[in-house]
Amino acid sequence: MSLSDEQVRHVARLARIALTDEEVAGLASQLSDILAYAEQVGEVAAGDVVPTSHPYPLAGVARADAPGPSLGQDEALANAPAVEDGRFRVPRIVGEEA
Amino acid sequence: MSSAYEAVIGLEVHVELGTRTKMFCGCPTDFGGEPNTKTCAVCTGQPGSLPVPNAAAIEAAISLGLALACEVAPRSQFHRKNYFYPDMPKNYQISQYDVPICADGHLDVAVDGTSRRIGITRVHMEEDTGKSLHVGGTGRIAGADHSLIDYNRAGIPLLEIVSEPDVRGPEEARAYLAELRGIVRALGISDAKLEEGSMRCDANVSVRRRGDEAFGTRVEVKNMNSLRSLQRAVAHEIERQGALLDAGEAVTQETRHWDEDAGRTSTLRAKEEVFDYRYFPDPDLVPVTPERADVERLAAALPELPAQMRARLTGGLGLSDEAAVTLVDAGLVVVLDEAVAAGAEPAAAAKWLANEVLSWCREADVDPAGVPLAGDALAELVDLVARGTLSTKLAREVLVGVLEGEGRPGEVAKARGLEQVSDEGELVTLVDEAIAADPAAAEKVRGGNDKAIGALVGAVMKASRGQANPQRVNELLRERLTS
Amino acid sequence: MPDDLTRADAATLLAAMEAGETTAVAVAEAHLARIRATDGALGAFLRTLDDTALAHAADVDRRRAAGEAVGALAGVPVALKDILCTRGVATTCGSRMLEDYHPPYDATVVERLAAADAVVLGKTNMDEFAMGSSTENSAFGVTRNPFDLDRVPGGSSGGSAAAVGGRHAPLGIGTDTGGSIRQPAAFCGIVGVKPTYGLVSRFGLVAFGSSLDQVGPMARSVADAAALYEAIAGHDPRDATSIPEDPPPARPALDRGVEGLRIGVVSSFLDGEGVEPGVRARCAEAVERLAALGADVVEVALPHADKALPAYYLIAPSEASSNLSRFDGVRYGLRVDGPTTEEMMAATRAEGFGPEVKRRIMIGTYALSAGYFDAYYLQAQKVRTLVQEDFAAAYASCDALVSPATPSTAFGIGEKVDDPLAMYLNDVFAVPSNLAGTPAMSLPVGGDEAGLPVGLQVMAPHLGEPVMFQVAAALEASLGLDLAPDALDDAAEERA
Repeated sequence: MSLSDEQVRHVARLARIALTDEEVAGLASQLSDILAYAEQVGEVAAGDVVPTSHPYPLAGVARADAPGPSLGQDEALANAPAVEDGRFRVPRIVGEEA
Repeated sequence: MSSAYEAVIGLEVHVELGTRTKMFCGCPTDFGGEPNTKTCAVCTGQPGSLPVPNAAAIEAAISLGLALACEVAPRSQFHRKNYFYPDMPKNYQISQYDVPICADGHLDVAVDGTSRRIGITRVHMEEDTGKSLHVGGTGRIAGADHSLIDYNRAGIPLLEIVSEPDVRGPEEARAYLAELRGIVRALGISDAKLEEGSMRCDANVSVRRRGDEAFGTRVEVKNMNSLRSLQRAVAHEIERQGALLDAGEAVTQETRHWDEDAGRTSTLRAKEEVFDYRYFPDPDLVPVTPERADVERLAAALPELPAQMRARLTGGLGLSDEAAVTLVDAGLVVVLDEAVAAGAEPAAAAKWLANEVLSWCREADVDPAGVPLAGDALAELVDLVARGTLSTKLAREVLVGVLEGEGRPGEVAKARGLEQVSDEGELVTLVDEAIAADPAAAEKVRGGNDKAIGALVGAVMKASRGQANPQRVNELLRERLTS
Repeated sequence: MPDDLTRADAATLLAAMEAGETTAVAVAEAHLARIRATDGALGAFLRTLDDTALAHAADVDRRRAAGEAVGALAGVPVALKDILCTRGVATTCGSRMLEDYHPPYDATVVERLAAADAVVLGKTNMDEFAMGSSTENSAFGVTRNPFDLDRVPGGSSGGSAAAVGGRHAPLGIGTDTGGSIRQPAAFCGIVGVKPTYGLVSRFGLVAFGSSLDQVGPMARSVADAAALYEAIAGHDPRDATSIPEDPPPARPALDRGVEGLRIGVVSSFLDGEGVEPGVRARCAEAVERLAALGADVVEVALPHADKALPAYYLIAPSEASSNLSRFDGVRYGLRVDGPTTEEMMAATRAEGFGPEVKRRIMIGTYALSAGYFDAYYLQAQKVRTLVQEDFAAAYASCDALVSPATPSTAFGIGEKVDDPLAMYLNDVFAVPSNLAGTPAMSLPVGGDEAGLPVGLQVMAPHLGEPVMFQVAAALEASLGLDLAPDALDDAAEERA
């Protein structure tokens, strides 16, 4: 697997990371190496093998619908980089809601 | 649109559950309050926080699935839907993907007396996002200067109900949503208010040449805030797509925004912007594995659903199909049942609910399902009319008083001075005065012209300021003019 | 009881405090003094919490003197990896992104440490968001190996490992996603344990690879590690992946010996290419010792183990790419301004994350993206199933497995920073246990030619902590090692 610069830019957009051209080139080569290594997973035939997403077999865990403590507004906003009127302030949003 | 086309519609409905706490944390779900006061480490996506699912939300999902004749999955999984948006605290939404908790059900809806079965693809659980306030410009996202985020709503449990593309027209779309809303309300899992956003509906609309197997290009329409709005939006969209095809143009696959005031849809987002949500099983959440016994318990505990209610209303209670549909859709069956239990004649009580109560609700902008009318009060009103104590006209006024919280019907009638003139002597005087005042009419009645009596009845009613019992007035006039 | 309290292990300190021979305040002060003297050279701590540590120690002393209840580790200092949330106390994960982040809550492990009355001395350095095997990926400087200050302590829990190895604390808390406790423990000559996935709550552990992450103890003796394991393990209703049953106790198993146990040697690991001769020799000797102690030692194969690391480098980054999405400059942490929210987020993440974190987010994003999911993420999760089945087959005939903890001893600072794949290979023996969720630990079994510590890995099936500790304790007792990392003291003396 060899990643093109364009693929790296596409992945960076999905991952919301701004990259310089230099970083793109470096990542294209590094990611290609790592993925070439990781592709060894394809060397074992695993067609009928059930994938494992959880390493310990638990199921059916839920909590009762009982209220727990909430944070106060000050606490909720304490780490926020920008605040206005009790809300988290962000710059203009370009994308529409999904 | 030329009738050469057929609409193919699928509906995606989101319902905010009325659980006490959020989907994955113990924060309250009630509306209102200061921004960012109903949040915690989990629902603001603090590093290190972990979700634990709400058992009541899972039960609500199963109940709805059962009510929609779905299969309940013995094992389903939460997935992460990854995309960046500032109202989503983790920049992924916990949702369900390839194995939803409920799937493969159906919902029968009737339009003009014809019932059609709409397939339910799936019912799945997910979490709501926060709310953005756009500052500057018009208040919509486009043109705003900046935005402010409140996470009080983030993490409120949602059920998403996806239909098969089985809906064939605007009326059917409306009927489907009304029926679904009725079921959700009957289950008591949500107040399901379209106007307030606790129930939201998106429509996937396409048209194709009648007889074609293949689907046309699909357009997703958003922002319908009422049943009527859904019906209008779908009708408009079908019309728009048909016109495009008639003109030899192609329909573009996109998401469109319904503008209620303008009565049309406009492009919200072109589909070229393909989303790659990178779904994968949420490693923080283990499979949902409802016990068979729990599913059976929930199935046994299902309340009477709208279809069953309508059958009971038209069958046992002898109401018309139309009245049954109206009362069930409006959520007024509880009041009707209470009134009947208190002795009211079903047809009379139903008529009051379907006409006067509903029109009052519309004017007062009150959700009929929460109308402040006790069933036994309605029964009392019906009784007062039946006994002739109140004319229908006066009873309407009394009802308004009752709905406005002035007391029980008897009390309101007394307080407003609306009780009918039941003093026979006073009535006889008024009748005689009317005959004396309009001898020509009296003569006609004597001569066998029965219609002429109307003028005399009207005169008596006017003189009594509406408080005479018209039936008794009629009787008295006849006694005098035919004997 | 040694004169220098920092030379004592936790069990010795506890006994001395119980006997009134010393106090928790004296113990805390001795360690804080040593940190002041030598942590400039070592770089184990990102910050110490002198005031709260001494206040807690004083409270322990008061309660102990008054005969009131105290916790199981009352007055024993502990070094806490800076990936566990501490309410109101900066929790950085070694990242610029969280340089000023003060969590609004305590991790469950932090609460359990407080309940045990362990005294948290400070928060330790780590590879950024636990991604790394050398602690060189911290945004706040490198940590050095107490055996050789020019070498790495391993990672990502390198700060806690160096602190325990360098006697800045008798106990340390680390986290292990793909060897991040065991590899630094091996490099720093200490004991490091990754418990069964789900035994220790992850609530408040800033997530890297959620299906792999596990908090665990680091200590200078197997018994101390067992005591700390017992203090932090236990069901937590705030973590849906937390095992509901009581965790199996470790300490009752410490004295049982290995006679009658069947221990499998993962021969492909021990004889694998890339294993340094010194590592192979010490581990082979340890295996012989186990046999001499009466264990039935057999060779076992884990046929899919060679695919475990490739699978790990798809699964962990995939989960990380999603887990780290929340760092976007909106709610907490760094923000780099931009004209739009989208640009602000992208600039914040460009500035806030270091190169290794970006690499892994990129790999994970790619592995989950449309068109690649099946070949990468899903295939890796199938390999995971195969690895689990390999272990299940091995544990059908063996009580525990052993292998080298790492292919090499501690390498030089800067030696592998430009070669991510070479760095990743450090964890080749560690990751199968993470994929399977099974417990595994590293304990020192001697030094290589250069005197650098070699770690042996002991592995056990799910909830097999008792037998794992049993094997480690028997070996530790029999070897009777005295690994003395004097590089730190030499350096301090030189400076003084």
